[in-house]
Amino acid sequence: MSSTPIKFYQVGSFAIGNRLLPADDRSIQSDPSRTNALNSGHRACQGCGEALGARYALDAAMRATNEQIIAVNATGCLEVFSTPYPESSWRIPWLHSLFGNAPAVATGVAAALKAQGKSDIRVIAQGGDGATVDIGFGALSGMFERNDDVLYICYDNEAYMNTGVQRSGATPPAARTATTQAVGENPGNVFGQGKNLPRIAMAHEIPYVATATVADLRDLEAKVTKAMSFRGARYIHVLVPCPLGWGSQSCDTIKIARLATQSGLFPVFEAENGEVVASTPIRKRVDVEEYLKLQVRYSHLFAPTRRDDVINHLQSIADKNIARYNLLIDESESI
Amino acid sequence: MEKPFAITLAVNSSLNNHTGSWRVEKPEYVHRMPPCNSACPAGENIQNWLYIAEDGSYEAAWRALIIENPFPAIMGRVCYHPCENVCNRAELDQSVGINSIERFLGDYAIEKALTIPAPAVESGFKVLVIGAGPAGLSAAYHLRSMGHSVTVRDATHAPGGMMRYGIPQYRLPREVLDAEIHRIKDMGVTFEMNTRVDDVHEALDEGFDALFLAIGAQLSKRAYIPASEAARILDAIKVLHGVEDGTQPLLGRKVVVYGGGNTAMDVARTAKRLGAQETIIVYRRTRDKAPANDEEITEALEEGILVKWLSTIKHVDEKTLQIEKMALDENGYPQPTGEFETLEADSLILALGQEVDFSLLGNSADLDTKDGVMPVDSTMMTSHPGIFAGGDMVPADRTVTTGVGHGKKAARNIDAWLRKTAFEKLENRDVVTFDQLNTWYYTDAPHIVRERLDATRRAKDFSEVVKGLDETNALFEARRCMSCGNCFECDNCFGVCPDNAIIKLGPGKGFEINLDYCKGCGICVAECPSSSIVMVPDK
Repeated sequence: MSSTPIKFYQVGSFAIGNRLLPADDRSIQSDPSRTNALNSGHRACQGCGEALGARYALDAAMRATNEQIIAVNATGCLEVFSTPYPESSWRIPWLHSLFGNAPAVATGVAAALKAQGKSDIRVIAQGGDGATVDIGFGALSGMFERNDDVLYICYDNEAYMNTGVQRSGATPPAARTATTQAVGENPGNVFGQGKNLPRIAMAHEIPYVATATVADLRDLEAKVTKAMSFRGARYIHVLVPCPLGWGSQSCDTIKIARLATQSGLFPVFEAENGEVVASTPIRKRVDVEEYLKLQVRYSHLFAPTRRDDVINHLQSIADKNIARYNLLIDESESI
Repeated sequence: MEKPFAITLAVNSSLNNHTGSWRVEKPEYVHRMPPCNSACPAGENIQNWLYIAEDGSYEAAWRALIIENPFPAIMGRVCYHPCENVCNRAELDQSVGINSIERFLGDYAIEKALTIPAPAVESGFKVLVIGAGPAGLSAAYHLRSMGHSVTVRDATHAPGGMMRYGIPQYRLPREVLDAEIHRIKDMGVTFEMNTRVDDVHEALDEGFDALFLAIGAQLSKRAYIPASEAARILDAIKVLHGVEDGTQPLLGRKVVVYGGGNTAMDVARTAKRLGAQETIIVYRRTRDKAPANDEEITEALEEGILVKWLSTIKHVDEKTLQIEKMALDENGYPQPTGEFETLEADSLILALGQEVDFSLLGNSADLDTKDGVMPVDSTMMTSHPGIFAGGDMVPADRTVTTGVGHGKKAARNIDAWLRKTAFEKLENRDVVTFDQLNTWYYTDAPHIVRERLDATRRAKDFSEVVKGLDETNALFEARRCMSCGNCFECDNCFGVCPDNAIIKLGPGKGFEINLDYCKGCGICVAECPSSSIVMVPDK
């Protein structure tokens, strides 16, 4: 865990802010003069997790670099909803080229800055899971392998949402998408496929890899801040629920991200040079069912006939994560 | 602006795009009723003074508290804290120790010698308060705050009523009682002690514009118990009064108390402190049916007091008495079993409840009474215009806190009556329930238990049994409050909005919704820990 939990009542460091804490100990997002890197008026759906995650991450990156950052954006929801010509919601230098080449463009921006001797200006590349795990995967792997000085942030909403909810390499098993319909004996996305990009990034032994969600702002801010303290290739994978694609209530975006972590389905951890160095323990463990039942993309597991076999299979994935990342710690040590 | 080749539109900010037009529902900040406030017989705004205390502003918290109740140090000792019984935090871990924080604030004010300013403007009205108990004193305080000239008359020699003559010192040290009453005196309230009012109307004719009656219920109920002439039977109220006056009654070495209410507990524990070797309480029903507060029963048992539950007293002799065992019938009522037992007893103290002594009112026959109490209307006024009543003499729970609440309510209505207006109470019945809170955000924090004097030590003298919290503990305890239904500026709404549509107004000022951009997703409502934002249809 990158952020230091504050044992301070009544909300400690769980809530965004805390009027009882000194200003320096509060989150960046609680500051009324925060930069709002992604401004109001963007066209993201109601309750968009990605819009939230992008603002959280880039505001933290701006704070960490004294506002000296350039962002390169892959094609995807984030690009489309933020910048329909001639309007833009970005309040940072921002560049969009193609769906698959954001890592390569970011590498070029970093190289150009280096050539000009502007080492204080830092580069961030960002994209959705489609651009990251599928279409731009080759370019990303190259960026990792060359250890280019770029922080790549993937906002993972687990499918191609912008084009109409098609399956991506990050779509979880059993989830219904436009291309993995809930039909047949094994409805939804098949088990055993897809990629775990944080682990692939770790395999490149780059300086820093981390996962985070929009449900834990303090953790996300700490990880972005920490990432900006490294030089070289860095990767942060942020889970961002999508009300449209997941079929969830727009008000439940953060709740669902929280349940993803508390069930163990989405492990929150960080790794340095290829080794896991810390993980965020589960505070209030729930069964995966609590997470699944809020989403229409899993509704075929509950009706018309309940598919305990599939639910148990998903539970076993969560249990495996809990064991692998040591997500359950002694109660007395938790805060 | 000069545009590049093939560019037809000037680059612009997305702020031009008012996404608020997508919305069908909008969030709205509200103040809802925390369960503690709604359960407080004195109508305290508990959540509010806890909120103020949370950042260490104890004086400000105390000042907010005494707007409703001038006796925090007393409350923090004798109130049975119905607020804690309904606290939503109980479902998370344990209730917030509201009572202990109230005591801390009260003691803080006494220690710092904080005073209450006299009213800035005198109204010119004169009000007479009869009875210097909790209800009378509370009424006097509130009436004086409103600028009225107040006189309090009482037949005893020191003010406090049952707080002095009923509640033993080990629960309420007299210096605490004196300090909080003195503060009211310092506001300019006139106390006429040792003054019995025999005729209410005559008193009113002395030039008072209104009158508040709060004579309490001081007459012990009697039960017919066959007794030999040498049997020593006392009444609990007189025993407690005597201890306060220094005329300690002779109880003997073995004392039996008859009754299951708070007075029974108080008198039994007092008897133990006066040197009784054995004190036995006899009560005809079971512990869970006993009207006494459970904490008081526990403390009594800890001090070595024995209780014969399901027993009635059949006959009293000089050195013994006979009790009959009872059994509960199918309806839960005790029925005699014909099984008898003999207890040794030098004296029997009856604590079977109290009645209002209307003879104190003398020639006031035109005031209606019913079932041994005096009915009042919704403004606390009796059947006689201008004469109001409250406390134990009107139909209600007989606790100090209820009395204090009556005093406040009566004062506000007397004020309105004098000024020929009507007092409009702001009703807020929208009580927050536990399932409406988002408790994820509250840190895990178990309740701090107040230290108690060791049971073997406390039965020897009248030292205070329950200790107070120190500042660190009080602050910790205050910060356990979940602020049900009221914003405590955790910034969650401000942070979780994907559209940056929440405007933070600064410390103490809360937040506003920027309706130009709010899409109505409802995340702020879902993630508000304290349920102080609601979605409403947008017109």
